[in-house]
Amino acid sequence: MARSTGKDAQALFHSLRSAYAATPTTLKIIDLYVGFAVFTALIQVVYMAIVGSFPFNSFLSGVLSCVGTAVLAVCLRIQVNKDNKEFKDLPPERAFADFVLCNLVLHLVIMNFLG
Amino acid sequence: MHLKKNRTIFSRRLDSPVVATNGGSVIKAKSRWQIGPHGTRSFSFIAVERLALPAHTLSPRSRSLATLTDDPHQLFKYDLNPDVSQVLFFWISISALLTSLDGKCYYRNGQESITISGAYFGDFDLPRRWDLPSDFRLSPICCSRPFQTRGRILRQISSFLLLFNFSLEEAYEALRTFEVLGIEKTAELSKAICKSVLGTLESSSSTPKDLFHALGVNGILKCSSKEETFEDQTSKTDLHLSDAEGTFRSIKALSQSDGRWRYSSNNPESSTFAAGIALEALSGVVSLASSEIDQFMIGAVKNDIVKLFDSIEKYDDGTFYFDEKLVNMREQQGPLATTSSVVRGLTAFSSVITESLNLPGDKILGIAKFFLGIGIPGDTKNFFDQVDLLACLENNRQVKVNTVLGSHAPPLTVTLVRAFSSSARDNSIIENQELKFDPQDAVYFLDDLPASFDVGEYIFVFKMLVQDSEQQTVYATGTLTQVPIYVTGLIKIENAKIAVLDSDLGSVETQKKLDLAGESTVSVSANHLQKLRLSFQMSTPLGNAFKPHQAFLRLRHETKVEHTFVVGSSGKKFEITLDFLGLVEKFFYLSGRYDIQLTVGDAVMENSLLREIGYVELDLPEPPENASRPPPQPVDPYTRYGPKAEITHIFRAPEKRPPEELSLAFLVLTILPLFGFIIGLLRLGVNLKNFPTSAVPATFAVIFHLGIAAVLLLYVLFWLKLDLFTTLKTLCFLGVFLMVVGHRTLSHLASASAKLKSA
Repeated sequence: MARSTGKDAQALFHSLRSAYAATPTTLKIIDLYVGFAVFTALIQVVYMAIVGSFPFNSFLSGVLSCVGTAVLAVCLRIQVNKDNKEFKDLPPERAFADFVLCNLVLHLVIMNFLG
Repeated sequence: MHLKKNRTIFSRRLDSPVVATNGGSVIKAKSRWQIGPHGTRSFSFIAVERLALPAHTLSPRSRSLATLTDDPHQLFKYDLNPDVSQVLFFWISISALLTSLDGKCYYRNGQESITISGAYFGDFDLPRRWDLPSDFRLSPICCSRPFQTRGRILRQISSFLLLFNFSLEEAYEALRTFEVLGIEKTAELSKAICKSVLGTLESSSSTPKDLFHALGVNGILKCSSKEETFEDQTSKTDLHLSDAEGTFRSIKALSQSDGRWRYSSNNPESSTFAAGIALEALSGVVSLASSEIDQFMIGAVKNDIVKLFDSIEKYDDGTFYFDEKLVNMREQQGPLATTSSVVRGLTAFSSVITESLNLPGDKILGIAKFFLGIGIPGDTKNFFDQVDLLACLENNRQVKVNTVLGSHAPPLTVTLVRAFSSSARDNSIIENQELKFDPQDAVYFLDDLPASFDVGEYIFVFKMLVQDSEQQTVYATGTLTQVPIYVTGLIKIENAKIAVLDSDLGSVETQKKLDLAGESTVSVSANHLQKLRLSFQMSTPLGNAFKPHQAFLRLRHETKVEHTFVVGSSGKKFEITLDFLGLVEKFFYLSGRYDIQLTVGDAVMENSLLREIGYVELDLPEPPENASRPPPQPVDPYTRYGPKAEITHIFRAPEKRPPEELSLAFLVLTILPLFGFIIGLLRLGVNLKNFPTSAVPATFAVIFHLGIAAVLLLYVLFWLKLDLFTTLKTLCFLGVFLMVVGHRTLSHLASASAKLKSA
């Protein structure tokens, strides 16, 4: 049975990879961006775990900036995805403009909170 | 006072300035050098009339004076409304100047005439009432009499005069004080003042007030100016005030029904001080008048004076004074200034009217007592008021046994009506003894006191009668004067003993004699079961029992806790017993050494004593738990407010920071994902193909990217050094710009992709 699960898992992974290869490049860019943001957040958490959370506001602002920008990127991906019936009429440039604006506002707040 | 009748040559309203008067008639003026009774010398107030005279006939001195008056505007330049006071000031000043320069006057054509201006109210319409300034004074100068010098205030006066920064008014007051008190003025003082006086007199820009004070000072100091330039010497020139009636009436019109006066027609407030001033002014007017003032008017003024006396206030000890009723006067004059002004006015007025003023004698006496009773006031001005008033009263000779400044009394009989002890008011010891007069010392004395006069406090009642009946109208005597007298003597204290008794049996354990007159001390010891008894006897020199005002016993512990007890008496014997059993709690259970102090004192006892008798060692039981603590003794004030213990501030320990290398390492680690992102992008085959190539959209696209970069740069700056407000402000501008540009770019892109899709 273990072998079959192992094989199933591999098969699943392969199908996932091949399916993913079919996604448009723009979406892949966005996915990459999200991954980058999350990874940065993780590194900050590790740092905080090592040295303690003394300037807690700084830690929070750092982590939340990463998380916030990842969230916004996810929203962008949803809106830009052509397969998504809900946002069919929304031009992707508009979505991108929203993304940029929201990011700017987020980062203003983050900078203020950073201290 | 003999006045010539002359017609008035100026009227109230003239259409042209009077330079040449109608026909140049001369008003005879007489300068008075009365050597009156009692050696007084008084200036009379002379009014002058101007004649039209060619200027070159005038001497330099009179020319300067004449120029002073040449210009009608100059005369009144200090006040647009010429008022009587200013005119009078000027006249008085001129007259005083003339008289102080030994009466030399200018004359013309062999006649006695004066060239100084008259009142010409030329271009001005004379108001119907005149304003009286509050410090208008005309005072005669009286002879002085030796008086005990009061060092301090006189030194103060002379020192401040010597400092040469005095005003003429202060100089005048000071010099008058000196004159009344008979004090010599130092030479350099006189010189300095004279210099200032002459400077004021010669300058043409002095105010009439300055001139007035200058001439007052001049009259006292007799500064003579070397430029005596009047042509001829005459001792009699007649000068007077025309239209005195009108002036008199106008001043009188300012009076109120209760005897006080208003300051001016505009000011409805009235004051007693102004009444004094007004009376002086009226007396000046009367003396200057060319014709007799209507007697009816004078009678009216006398009525006012009587009414004024109704408003006099008094203290309980029989002193009278005038004071202002209202408190919101512009300058609040104290009772001193008010009373002295009123008396000055009264004396001036009584000296000019023909019949005498009947003033209540006891009130004048009360005023004199008030002024004598206030001692030496601290202020120079008050001192001047006091001395001036006493001089005026002296001059009018209206005071009692010794006249106010100590001059001789007329022959009197002084009777000691009664003398009684203050405690037994009904029995008088001496009755109706006449005192004999010792002409050498000018003192009345009583020869022999009865032998039964013991020590104690007595009250002597005196009565004075003037022997000569005709002088009774001149002098006012007090009715019955009471004088408290203390008869003192040596009180005998004997048989002083201190003993410690056992409380149960009352037997004496230790007994020691005290020598209260000497210096020896005793020491006893006791515990809380015993009693301490102190006893002594007191008697007067005549053997009577004596009860002192104070008889205290005080016990003081080493810790400075004190307890005081009153020594009781019965007849001649004084005794106090301290029962320590009952006093244990009062003594706060403090054992140890107590110093004993005895105090016996009285006003009539010449040998009062306050003495440390010795000490007692007291043994008291232990205090129980809830015993009261002795009250805290007063601390040395310097230690109470001295520096306290230092407080060291403990700062918050700073948080532990990670080592710098670790932080830097993680900084690098955090930047790494960014590179990973870029590498991933490149692997995906990111391209810029969709970037617009044509010019305009390309620039917009570029600017769009730059805009975003600028915003991010702004954020970095915000974190580094900017504050939120500037950031927001800049962000506004940048944001709007970015919106516009971004919209352009993205819409262009959208249209391009739409075209691509459709195509």
